[in-house]
Amino acid sequence: MSGLSLKYEVPGDDFTRAGEASSDVKRKLKKLGYDPDAIRRVAIAMYEGEINMVIHAGGGQAFVTIEPERVDIVLEDHGPGIADVEKAMQAGYSTAPDQVRSLGFGAGMGLPNMKKYTDEMTIDTEVGKGTTLKMTVLVNHKS
Amino acid sequence: MTVQELKEQLSLSVLAGEEELDREITGCYAGDLLSWVMARAESGDVWLTVMGNINAIAVASLTDAACIVLTESAALDEDARNRANQQGIPVLTTEEDTYAMAVKISRLLPEAP
Repeated sequence: MSGLSLKYEVPGDDFTRAGEASSDVKRKLKKLGYDPDAIRRVAIAMYEGEINMVIHAGGGQAFVTIEPERVDIVLEDHGPGIADVEKAMQAGYSTAPDQVRSLGFGAGMGLPNMKKYTDEMTIDTEVGKGTTLKMTVLVNHKS
Repeated sequence: MTVQELKEQLSLSVLAGEEELDREITGCYAGDLLSWVMARAESGDVWLTVMGNINAIAVASLTDAACIVLTESAALDEDARNRANQQGIPVLTTEEDTYAMAVKISRLLPEAP
């Protein structure tokens, strides 16, 4: 079976619409009968990625490929890039502005959560150019 | 215990998601930082929080929480109410604070810490 490929535009600066892509992917996986744990991991990792793109990058695009054994998520933005990836990966480290914190974000858990919930994650980032984040969730493989 | 039973036992009011009150509750989590909650809340949890915005509804949906209980009468935004109804996430409210609620819920749940 060839994979199902999905593409989403993630709006910049609109917190009310952030999460639409991950919710849609969640619904599709549910309909396809995927394991609830895998669905949860995909949805959380992708939502964190979407929120990051809204907070930091002015939006971007999400590409999702659904296959029987794995779900691949690619998040691409043309934002400012991540200056210190190692720091950004530390739980609790955040550069989110205060107004974002008042919404309940900016806990510095975004990237750590994505790492926690996925089986593979790579960050390709360049300051001033943007960031491409690739994540894979293996189905029936608890991380 | 279902969300309906929780509502009755603790005299909570329902603000949204009325149709999903038969959902089974298996645990409880309290917190207001959304990413933190996303990392820790479990499927089937009652989620105690003061965050009543649209993103909180997304977090409840993504973590598959059984319901949200807004403590200290924290406000539920109109956007959030609509989204909760659309997605079938029960949102309940209480005047009590998060600690008091957590204590009471722990008495009701068979496997409470």
